[in-house]
Amino acid sequence: MIPLSYYLILSAMLFAIGAAGVFLRRNLITILLSVEIMLNAVNLTFVAFGRFAGDLDGQIITFFVMTVAAAEAAVGLALVIALFRHRESLNPDAFTTLKW
Amino acid sequence: MHAAGAVARAARGDGGALMAESLRSTWEWFQPFLRPTVIGVMIFIVFNALIMASAILVLAERKIMGFMQQRYGPYLVGPHGMLQPIADILKLVFKEELRPKGADKWLFTLAPVLSIVTAFVAFATVPFGAETTFFGLLDDPIKLGIADVNVAVLVVFSVTSMGVYGIVLAGWASNSKYSLFGGLRAAAQMISYELAYATSLAAVILLAGSLSLREIVDSQQGSWFGALPQWYLFLQPIGFIIYVIAGVAETNRAPFDFPEAEQELVAGYNTEYSSVRFALFPQAEYINMVTMSAVATDLYLGGWHFPGVPPEYGWIVFLAKVSFFLFVYIWMRWTVPRYRYDQLMMFGWKYLFPASVLNLIATAALVLYLNA
Amino acid sequence: MPETVTFFLFAALAVIASLLVIGQRNPMYSVLLLIASFGALSGLYIQLEAPFVAVAQIIIYAGAIMVLFLFVVMLLNAPKEDAAEWDRTHPLRQPGVARWGTLLVGLLIVQLAMALLAVREYHTPVGAQSDATAVNSVAEMGRSIFTRHTFAFEATSILILVAMVGAVVLARREGDQ
Repeated sequence: MIPLSYYLILSAMLFAIGAAGVFLRRNLITILLSVEIMLNAVNLTFVAFGRFAGDLDGQIITFFVMTVAAAEAAVGLALVIALFRHRESLNPDAFTTLKW
Repeated sequence: MHAAGAVARAARGDGGALMAESLRSTWEWFQPFLRPTVIGVMIFIVFNALIMASAILVLAERKIMGFMQQRYGPYLVGPHGMLQPIADILKLVFKEELRPKGADKWLFTLAPVLSIVTAFVAFATVPFGAETTFFGLLDDPIKLGIADVNVAVLVVFSVTSMGVYGIVLAGWASNSKYSLFGGLRAAAQMISYELAYATSLAAVILLAGSLSLREIVDSQQGSWFGALPQWYLFLQPIGFIIYVIAGVAETNRAPFDFPEAEQELVAGYNTEYSSVRFALFPQAEYINMVTMSAVATDLYLGGWHFPGVPPEYGWIVFLAKVSFFLFVYIWMRWTVPRYRYDQLMMFGWKYLFPASVLNLIATAALVLYLNA
Repeated sequence: MPETVTFFLFAALAVIASLLVIGQRNPMYSVLLLIASFGALSGLYIQLEAPFVAVAQIIIYAGAIMVLFLFVVMLLNAPKEDAAEWDRTHPLRQPGVARWGTLLVGLLIVQLAMALLAVREYHTPVGAQSDATAVNSVAEMGRSIFTRHTFAFEATSILILVAMVGAVVLARREGDQ
């Protein structure tokens, strides 16, 4: 029997790894991948709590989170393609036109 | 005490009884391991059957193609060319293992591995026979199938959608623009036809009320008017046709094999491959064909049920139905010209997917109406 | 006992794969490692008696979203990051970030551990509550989605439609009709 806290600690680690990826990486695609890692960590928390409480709502929320993640990945990647066509670079530091 | 009696009998020259006694005691010692052993043997047989199936399909394809073109197929190796697959496999194994210099080291080998692994895993949740005790060998019956999960239909679908990666990575890892585009086109085709595939599946799930393939098969037993089997083929004819077409497109076969046929024109995703790595791709394709035929049999043709056949011999019925589907696959390939890529994508998105959605809506409406 | 083994196996795979994802220079490898991480998470969902979520994870995440990522990486021929520039500009090589970042991470871990240890009931095994029966039927889930959560379901379908239109519009070349 696995205690709930194990799942929560694992989820926190995955979320931290995802957040670190978003802050530290200088490649647009890897940043999007790190966002996906964060969303997965959240899914794990939902399902773990759902099982803990014996409720099905945890799994249902996961279903919606996955759908939102899919929509966000699609739009994000379309933006990456459009940006790449402009600057031929995937480094976020190359897109500084709006900086003062 | 037993041993003393046995020795005494043996001393009287009754060696046969000693043999029978030791066999019986060995058998009783073996009893708790019997069930895992039978299951292990079944898994072993299925695994080898899938590998043999791809070899037999190679031969069957060439022979049937030959007969359709009014010639004998392979004829020299073995009686009527029956040992041809062995010759093919030996030739492939002895070829040189090439790898292009610019090819990605890990991905080049990973791609065929992914293809073949997903092909095998997809068959793991497909049941191929009723529960059986092997004529009294076992106490509890075991179900004929490697795994029985209650979301089996979705597992098959998910694993076949992972099969896309083998092709796309093969195209990428070959470090050639033509291979890359061939791989991307094949992948785009596969994910486009997954939509029609899943929606026609949904209609069958609606009728059966369960996601487990075994339960879907069991809901098709019995017959109407004593003669017509209660298969979903008769309740869902359009869904059946849509499913078969989507299945053919998923396996990159028959009229939808433009990405493969590109080899004859420019380059396909497996041009740079040779020897064993190459051999894994067609093998994965044939095993995918077998899986698609098996799932189609389970969903629409009643699996191992046939009016009048006792359930212990159901697997023979199953085998016959799957063979029929495989024959249709091969027949389609050598009869129908292939689609051009843009025609293929247009057909998938503009005709097949709306048709399957309409089929689902009609099925749902009818189920609601008839249950109200 | 086998549950503990499988949990640690899948958890280790998920964490290691995620660490490698953010540490790779080649975006293609990152995508493939993330697929491995999703597979591990799917195994964890099965252990949490959520088979539908596990299969949906493979179908949606590993089978569709990652294919999309892979397509984009291949179409853009995403370049591997240059090794020398990577070493020079890597944030962890700058002393300020390394020091303060480590301190912050340490404080966060301590706080998380304190919070988790303080809540007694989180130490009971998942599913040991007397009223926590495993509800894993897909039929139940469908019933719940279409009755209690209908609004969210319809909103999600509109969201997907908007995302689809948006993705097509954003990725179009200039001058196409």
